[in-house]
Amino acid sequence: MARRSHVQTTINGETVEFLCEPRQSLLEVLRDELHLTGAKEGCNNGNCGACSVILDGRLVNSCLVLGVETEGKSVETIEGLAAPDKLHPIQDAFLENAALQCGICTPGFIMSAKALLDQNPNPTEHEVRYWLAGNLCRCTGYDKIVRAVLDAAAAE
Amino acid sequence: MRDFSYIAANTIPEAVALLDEKGENARILAGGTDLIVQVREARRDVNWIIDIKSIPEVNALDYNADTGLVLGAAVECYKIYADDAICKGYPGLIDATKIIGGTAIQGRAAVGGNLCNASPAADGIPPLIVLNATCVIAGPNGEREVPVEQFCTAPGQTVLKNGEMLVSIKIPAPESNSSSFYLRFIPRNEMDIAVVGAGASVVLDDTKQTIVSARIALAAVAPTPLFAEEASARLAGREISDAAIDEAAEAAKAIARPISDMRGTAEQRTHLVGVLTRRALNGAIQRVREAT
Ligand SMILES: Cc1cc2nc3c(=O)[nH]c(=O)nc-3n(C[C@H](O)[C@H](O)[C@H](O)COP(=O)(O)OP(=O)(O)OC[C@H]3O[C@@H](n4cnc5c(N)ncnc54)[C@H](O)[C@@H]3O)c2cc1C
Ligand code: FES
Ligand code: FES
Repeated sequence: MARRSHVQTTINGETVEFLCEPRQSLLEVLRDELHLTGAKEGCNNGNCGACSVILDGRLVNSCLVLGVETEGKSVETIEGLAAPDKLHPIQDAFLENAALQCGICTPGFIMSAKALLDQNPNPTEHEVRYWLAGNLCRCTGYDKIVRAVLDAAAAE
Repeated sequence: MRDFSYIAANTIPEAVALLDEKGENARILAGGTDLIVQVREARRDVNWIIDIKSIPEVNALDYNADTGLVLGAAVECYKIYADDAICKGYPGLIDATKIIGGTAIQGRAAVGGNLCNASPAADGIPPLIVLNATCVIAGPNGEREVPVEQFCTAPGQTVLKNGEMLVSIKIPAPESNSSSFYLRFIPRNEMDIAVVGAGASVVLDDTKQTIVSARIALAAVAPTPLFAEEASARLAGREISDAAIDEAAEAAKAIARPISDMRGTAEQRTHLVGVLTRRALNGAIQRVREAT
């Protein structure tokens, strides 16, 4: 077995150190080593977006990043979004719009929406749909999710 | 996932020495959107993963109006389409960077990775071919250059020998009255693999009525992306007309050697080569005419 590497990274603003094998994905590190189970494993091959996190300001599929690659980088996950006493506006909008049913896709959609609104605070519906094309939902039919993101943009 | 060792190389000589020493079992990691999936699905036997993203040369994104573009092998799609000069000079390449996967894939995937993965359906390769791009390769014996249309040799196979890596892709400066276009056919709107892809570049005369030269390239109709040389040559010196475009489209169809699979039949793919070649040429011509 390859030696476990020591990795230091910033997760949701806090410096975090962990040991991982090179073959462990960032998703596995988050869930299995750091017990941040918000990011979900759907396909494990880049197609569903359930594992979406923000790495150094860019949306990525954490199943397609190696944990060792995050040395010195900054990772944002769904756990970092809400304040202790208050949900993030995107989370509020998802609740208001009933933009989730089973919820497994939700952390990925919300991180993806956050990455969009961080760089484009007033997207058109078309831009929202294209941006979210890498996130799959088997329950909602997408429309409520798109409405929620547009509402969050209007609210922010 | 299978067990492997990970090394982040800091220089080209370091990466080349590692590749040379470890041989067949070492692979370069750029964005990992092909490699990590392939290792996880046991489609590649890899014992060493060499991450090149800390090497300055592979992160180059240098555009100069006289000498053209140096595109580092690890530059992600999103950085390419965020660059105004590149959007203006090489719109056909931009078309491809915006359709490779979705947002999260474009945050990691490099055009260099797309090229080295050598998929017959790679969206990034036809635009590079029509833009006359050259691969800059580093190896144990120094550097060499290979035109992009000669880089892929079979599905997943390239001209890279043991110890060699792609450093960058050089694209000549756009000529005046020139433009490029890439499109693909997929059954969905996004997030799918090309059934057929077609790219075109054109140089027009000052009246914008005559084609000085053109280049056409195809994806997903042969074991490697193809440069449609004969079809391209037919357009040189021709006045722009439906007849001239149709002739080039027919010549492009003649070199397609598609297979039938779950994405489409050989017959459909050959038909699509004609349709997409026409659209790519007309799209590139329209871009020249609309440019100010
Ligand atoms: C969900 C999803 C959707 C996708 N959609 C598309 C699509 O629409 N169109 C498309 O064309 N592709 C698509 N792809 C495939 C992939 O994203 C692209 O091919 C991408 O450009 C690969 O780049 P990368 O930087 O991630 O390469 P990596 O995975 O890092 O590398 C790819 C291969 O090239 C080798 N390599 C990389 N860089 C070098 C180098 N400098 N020198 C030598 N060898 C090197 C690696 O060892 C590996 O074998 C998709 C993939 C996923 C997971
Ligand atoms: S689990 Fe990563 S994209 Fe599906
Ligand atoms: S709410 Fe169930 S998959 Fe989206």
